[in-house]
Amino acid sequence: MNRLWTITRKEFIHIIRDPRTLILVIILPVMMLALLGSAFANEIEHLPMAVADQSKTDASRRFVDRFSASGFFDVTYGVQSEGEIQQLMDQGLVKSGLLIPEEFGRNLSTGNPSAAQFYVDGADPLVAQTAQLAIETISQATSQEILVQQLSSGPFPMELRLPIDSHVRFLYNPNLRRMNFLIPGLIALILQVQALLLTAFAIVREREQGTLEQLIVTPLRPWELMLGKILPFILVAMVNIAMTVAVGHLWFGVEVAGSVTLLFVLSLVFLSSALGLGVLISTISRNQMQAMYMSTFIILPAVMLSGLIFPRENMPRLVYWAGYLMPVTHFLEVIRGIILKGVGINYLWQNVWPLVIFGVVVFLASVLLFHKRL
Amino acid sequence: MSHENAVEVDHLTKKFGSFTAVDQVNFIIPKGEIFGLLGPNGAGKTTTIRMLCGILLPTAGEARILGFDVAHRPEEVKKRIGYMSQKFALYNDLTVFENLDFYAHLYGVSREKCRTRLEGLIEMAGLRGHEKERAANLSGAWRQRLALACAIVHEPPMLFLDEPTAGVDPVSRREFWEMIYSLAGQGVSVLATTHYMDEAEFCNVIGMMHDARLIALNDPDSLKSDLRGILLEVDCESPGQAEAIATLLPGVIDVALHGVLLHVTVENETIQQTLEDALASAGITVGQVETVLPSLEDVFVSLVAAESRSRLRQEIA
Repeated sequence: MNRLWTITRKEFIHIIRDPRTLILVIILPVMMLALLGSAFANEIEHLPMAVADQSKTDASRRFVDRFSASGFFDVTYGVQSEGEIQQLMDQGLVKSGLLIPEEFGRNLSTGNPSAAQFYVDGADPLVAQTAQLAIETISQATSQEILVQQLSSGPFPMELRLPIDSHVRFLYNPNLRRMNFLIPGLIALILQVQALLLTAFAIVREREQGTLEQLIVTPLRPWELMLGKILPFILVAMVNIAMTVAVGHLWFGVEVAGSVTLLFVLSLVFLSSALGLGVLISTISRNQMQAMYMSTFIILPAVMLSGLIFPRENMPRLVYWAGYLMPVTHFLEVIRGIILKGVGINYLWQNVWPLVIFGVVVFLASVLLFHKRL
Repeated sequence: MSHENAVEVDHLTKKFGSFTAVDQVNFIIPKGEIFGLLGPNGAGKTTTIRMLCGILLPTAGEARILGFDVAHRPEEVKKRIGYMSQKFALYNDLTVFENLDFYAHLYGVSREKCRTRLEGLIEMAGLRGHEKERAANLSGAWRQRLALACAIVHEPPMLFLDEPTAGVDPVSRREFWEMIYSLAGQGVSVLATTHYMDEAEFCNVIGMMHDARLIALNDPDSLKSDLRGILLEVDCESPGQAEAIATLLPGVIDVALHGVLLHVTVENETIQQTLEDALASAGITVGQVETVLPSLEDVFVSLVAAESRSRLRQEIA
């Protein structure tokens, strides 16, 4: 116990004596969250739209109004022809366009079907999909309304009701704010990268400096060295959590729906396993270059396969199951569960025990693979 | 096995792949003696010392430190030895006191004892007044003394020093050896490696290593008196050319350049005249020729020459 404390204290001194690194370690994660959060902050709305209203009727103007009133589109250009719309889109000035042909108003008033041509910039599929959905929804709603109007004011007026009236109620994140989904994910990502890098050099650095040779001629036990290297960084990483969650709340308005205490306790579990993974890398690396490479190649799949960016549900089964081998996959469920859904430990337990097992396995592996020899 | 010996090394061998770093080395260090392992860089000194400290596993042979077999009970050995590695492995961002305190705790020096022990070590190493200085800011000699203090913080009965004086000025080297002497006086056994031949004079026993093998083992005086023939120190013009001529003369055992002087080992006094005549007839002006006592360097050079001659003979046969 005495030796464990000795190692921990020494690591603390290393951290404190290097204020420049300490500041980086504390500030960078927050800056990273602010930067990445802001980059994805904009919901897809207010897409600039060019409208060529060749009909110039009351009906066509009402149709256009529906688009600007929806909030998804801003009619920024009024033009005459399809060619002009295309030109504006080529220049990147608009993302969508609407061409209303001359006969639009006439057809509507005579009860004939009328067509309207939309143009969507497909370069960004996400933007295109959102725009398409919005266009279809708005057009259909307008058509329904017109249909109901026509039928009830025709020669045989009738009381009309739509056969199916669907209501969607969003549980959790009722306003569908992307931030509420994005920020917890970014916090998990930043903590994962941070934890891995903090300890990935812990042992290999001493190996390169030659101090490891001196350490292994002492009666120090491997587990004391490993744990002594992890403990100080748990404190650092807890500061990182507190600060990123605070920035998520104060800057991006993402509130923690569930228990903040539970969030901290479970983050501690995740961090222990992530820091342990760093120590394992450090133990099996012969130099800092190897440690850096291994860390990078662990971080990449963690970002791609954990559900951080791409939904895991659509991945091939094998990849889907492989995702469960990474602690960050489970932590994502935990952090989204607590921040977004406000669920308690009862619902998170299935993601907590893999984290515990992972941490124990990684720590034991480090201890067993560390030989008190050169 | 007797427990009167601090170190007993028996056919100790270390191979790295096909390369043999240490080849069947045998020696004994009686308690309280200073043993010097002498030899050029790459001779296998560091590998030997690392095996004795339990941080490298021998490929063959065995070593007992204070009665414990180091391959099987390395942790028992580690508790009882002090080790100073080549690099003076100190933590640069820790102060003098913190470095000492760190190792004191790792070795489990008791709380009551720690304070007085550290004070004593700071005094011994001449670091009084520099306790709060960071190790990074210390000069080479001070780092060396701090590293020694760290290595003996738990009062080990056996001390291993790997090139302890590398890169340290001559005055500090002498002071350092005085510290080692005083430790040996307190009953501590010491094994030190060095490639400074003059330093080896401080040791009770010397083992000379060359090409992974121990080629000589004795006290410094015996090593010198065992040197075959008489050593002549020749002051002459163009010593390089003179060396070539001397080597070919019958009765000359060995020739080596010694700065601007030539050290020639000859079989008997009569060869001196032969040598002077040969040099004169080649047009080389010969100054003073003196019979000198061989230094350890002469011993080493002649042993290495003899060793390579015998190996060559073996290969031809």
